[in-house]
Amino acid sequence: MGTEMLLKDEVQMLRRVPLFSNVEPGKLKLLAFTSDRVSYDAGEAIFHQGDTGDAAYVVLAGKADILVDSSTGPIKIAEVETNSIVGEIAILCDVSRTATVQTTTAVEALRIRKEHFLKLLTDFPEITIEIMRVLADRLSHTTSELSEARSRARKAE
Amino acid sequence: MEKRLARYIWTHTRAQQLWILLVVAISMVPYFLSFDLPKQIVNGPIQGQGFDQPGATQTFMNISFDLPWLGPVTLFDGIDLTRMQMLFALSLVFLALVIVNGLFKFYINTYKGRLGERLLRRIRFELIDRILRFPPNQFKRMKGAEVASMVKDEVEPLGGFTGDAFVQPALLGGQALTALFFIFMQNAWLGLIAAVMVGVQAVIIPRMRRRLLVLGRERQITARELAGRVSEIVDGIGTIHAYDTSNYERADIASRLGRIFKIRYDLYQWKFLVKFINNFLAQLTPFLFYCIGGYLALQGRLDIGQLIAVISAYKDLPGPLKDLIDWDQTRQDVQVKYLQVVEQFSVERTIDPSIQAVAIEDPGPMKHPLAAVNLSLADDSGAKLLERVSVQIHPGETVAIVGGAAGGGDMLAEAFARLTWPESGKITAGGDDLLELPESITGRCISYVSADTYFFYGTLRDNLLYGLKHAPLKDAAYEGSGAAHRKWEINEARMAGNPDYDVNGDWIDYQAADATDREDLFTPVLSVLDTVQLSKDILDLALRSTVSPNDHPGLAEGIVEMRHALREELEEAGLSSLIVSFEPGAYNTEATVGENLLFGTATGPAFIGKAIAKNAYFRSVIGRTGLDRAMFDMGYSIAENAVELFADLPPDHPFFQQLTFMTADDIPEYQLLLQKLQGKGFDAASEDEKGAIIRLSFRYIEPRHRFGLLTPELMAKIVDVRRQFHDGLPESMRGDIERYDPDHYLASASLMDNILFGRISHKHSDGSKRIRSIVSSLLNSLGLLENVIDIGLDFNVGAGGKRLTAVQRQKLNLARALVRRSDYYIFNRPLPGLDHRLQDEIVRDVLKLVRRDGRDPAVVWVLSNTALSSLFDRVLVFDRGMLVEDGTHAALVENNGIFKELVSS
Repeated sequence: MGTEMLLKDEVQMLRRVPLFSNVEPGKLKLLAFTSDRVSYDAGEAIFHQGDTGDAAYVVLAGKADILVDSSTGPIKIAEVETNSIVGEIAILCDVSRTATVQTTTAVEALRIRKEHFLKLLTDFPEITIEIMRVLADRLSHTTSELSEARSRARKAE
Repeated sequence: MEKRLARYIWTHTRAQQLWILLVVAISMVPYFLSFDLPKQIVNGPIQGQGFDQPGATQTFMNISFDLPWLGPVTLFDGIDLTRMQMLFALSLVFLALVIVNGLFKFYINTYKGRLGERLLRRIRFELIDRILRFPPNQFKRMKGAEVASMVKDEVEPLGGFTGDAFVQPALLGGQALTALFFIFMQNAWLGLIAAVMVGVQAVIIPRMRRRLLVLGRERQITARELAGRVSEIVDGIGTIHAYDTSNYERADIASRLGRIFKIRYDLYQWKFLVKFINNFLAQLTPFLFYCIGGYLALQGRLDIGQLIAVISAYKDLPGPLKDLIDWDQTRQDVQVKYLQVVEQFSVERTIDPSIQAVAIEDPGPMKHPLAAVNLSLADDSGAKLLERVSVQIHPGETVAIVGGAAGGGDMLAEAFARLTWPESGKITAGGDDLLELPESITGRCISYVSADTYFFYGTLRDNLLYGLKHAPLKDAAYEGSGAAHRKWEINEARMAGNPDYDVNGDWIDYQAADATDREDLFTPVLSVLDTVQLSKDILDLALRSTVSPNDHPGLAEGIVEMRHALREELEEAGLSSLIVSFEPGAYNTEATVGENLLFGTATGPAFIGKAIAKNAYFRSVIGRTGLDRAMFDMGYSIAENAVELFADLPPDHPFFQQLTFMTADDIPEYQLLLQKLQGKGFDAASEDEKGAIIRLSFRYIEPRHRFGLLTPELMAKIVDVRRQFHDGLPESMRGDIERYDPDHYLASASLMDNILFGRISHKHSDGSKRIRSIVSSLLNSLGLLENVIDIGLDFNVGAGGKRLTAVQRQKLNLARALVRRSDYYIFNRPLPGLDHRLQDEIVRDVLKLVRRDGRDPAVVWVLSNTALSSLFDRVLVFDRGMLVEDGTHAALVENNGIFKELVSS
């Protein structure tokens, strides 16, 4: 039973997730308890692009790729690191999954159901702010990538 | 139907009425003899009349008549008896007469009762037969419950009246006339008085009763409406809840009940008023006799003996008279009831009985085109739904009907199904009007499906095969008393004008379903279920159900075998961690502590639910081994964790879903308990408190709750206690628990649990979905699928099929039509509840299915998704009740007409 993870270990791991670093341990324990603990083998899809989003995932151990379908097949656009959250966009914006997440190693994750996640945001403003920060980060990242891509495109002309 | 009840009764029971009249007349002979006998016994042997000399004898049983013209005729000379012998002889005759009279009464009453019941059966059947022949639009104005209350309750009193309809007036009238005649014979004047009083009664009382009849009719109608309203409440309960109108319904019902009460109370008052007046008039006559007769007697104009004779004769008059008046009351009452019902059932344009005549023979395929000729349809208000449409559907062609919501294509489909009758024009098959063809042709050669699903209370199988039950094709085999009973059934049915088709016979037309008998029906049925994508639902229904292995021989063994096959399959796929099996010597981490401890399903009162906590044997085992302490500590930790996690949350917080071992209301209680027991432990807790704490540990699953409470030592201990518990289980409790046994079927567990024989691991997010698909393919490869689907088909669909989801109902509705071989399939937007992808798949598969084995039926499909029309040979476009375009898909797209608009929108 050495691989067995317990609630208190999960709380320790959740504290390492930037999103939850400012949340008090008691709340994290509740979050861990109300989430489902799920495991994936390497190469398994956590979810597919186009599925309806019913949960967000916190990757506790392992790595995964974020893939987007294109006419030439799936393109990898980013990687999911340990201790990060994926799949939150689909439940925040009520859209279907915008990308496929496929594991590259064995992955241990916490699955937070949509209604629990939304409840978490209304109950704990600190998590909401953290989420906003992560999203804003990503946005600025995307914006800079976009402007880079545009300038490259202009040069190519 | 005949409007006069008396005539209706006479037409159907004439011979029996005459017979019973004759029997009643004959029964009068011993009846009157028994009147005279007591006087003979008292005067003769007891008081000694005619036995003046000791040893004197009299003749007994001298039977002789003095007939006119023939003179005296002696049948029996009689025998001479002494006084004592005479006493016994006459007493025995008296006893014999009592018995004979009793037997007559018994025979007459049973005969009349049976006569009434048969007529009741006949009326009820005729009414229902008429319902089956009503034109379709009639049902828009009927409430089922009201009709049911007419058939069931309102005609009920007719049965009781039938036996008395003719016998009673004949008998009572005769008696009353005899009494009246006797009074006349004594004294004409007094006779006249009596006759006038009788006349007054006969005129006044029925007049007063007219009001009773009006009230009675009102009572009948209000009660019928009440039945209708009750069924509306039942059917509309969803709407009532949704709009918070339950109190409006209560007010409506209360006011109806108030009205019914008022009517009934009025009725009651009138009834007793009439009774009072009737009694008064009856008693007025003797008053006149005493008064006028006495006056005449004192005057010397009337003999006192005569007066006494008149008064005593009058005693016999009021009884029959009163009964006669009561009979008349009943007659009018049932006549009104009957008329009320018959009027409701007198409908114009009922379907001719010959159209619905039972046809055992297969009518053969319908080879003619189905054609609408100048067809116009209108709704109840007269609005035109379809205007002068002429179109032909040829055998074998597939036709899509498209158009807007009020286009009219759906109405054309309904007309093809004979659900809407033409306003003008007609629908023909070959040269025949569709409405004049027997239903044995139209109802078999044409299969119609709309979104309007209706299912009968019963199993899924009954409903799926319902469209095949046209006629009793094979008689049920009866033996011994069963055969005698069947013979009786046939005879009785004929006596009451009912048909004698045997509902227990085999009505299923296997040939129409591509089978030869019950045994090979499964393959075609499964392919239909697959086509409408219902087989997965049925499989799930079966897997969730608990079945007795005795009902399905061979299944239990197959399932147990499958357990091993499933393990191997999972092993091969590298998924063996998906299920954690139950093993007698090991702890199952994915199951609760309680399941691990009992290692079986509680089936009897000793262990079910909360009983286990009070079970002395169980407590002794866990106490002896010290497991109670360990479980107490565990429960205590669980309580601590739960209180810590949830104490601050409001009770309606969604996180409580995750708390499987407690409800939000339990939290404060456990909070108090924890405070009380803090640092004191097991020994300080009362029995109830121990129970409350230990209970929590029973539901604990380590991988799910992850509190870290199960050590390897504890798990080993639980397994050990499990062994001890089962080894020492007293004989009396053996039947109360069914132990998990890898080699035996668990009758108390669901089919799925039996197949898994373990728990699906919490670690895999889509574990149960994967298992389900593996299980279904394994069932197929092991040849168990038929068995399991069979169990699923045993599922009771509930009233109107309400135990199925709306989507399942629509799929089943479609399947019911596809099971039958037809020449024309009319699909009228049958699947509105399904999403477009599913609709697309099903339409394609259905078109493929109906053409299997080289069959070539015509298909008319009213599509809600215009894009699918490219799958059909021909497309009809309807707009505002008119057929505006007709051609192949390609031609219509070229055409730049309405169709192009529809497709692009």
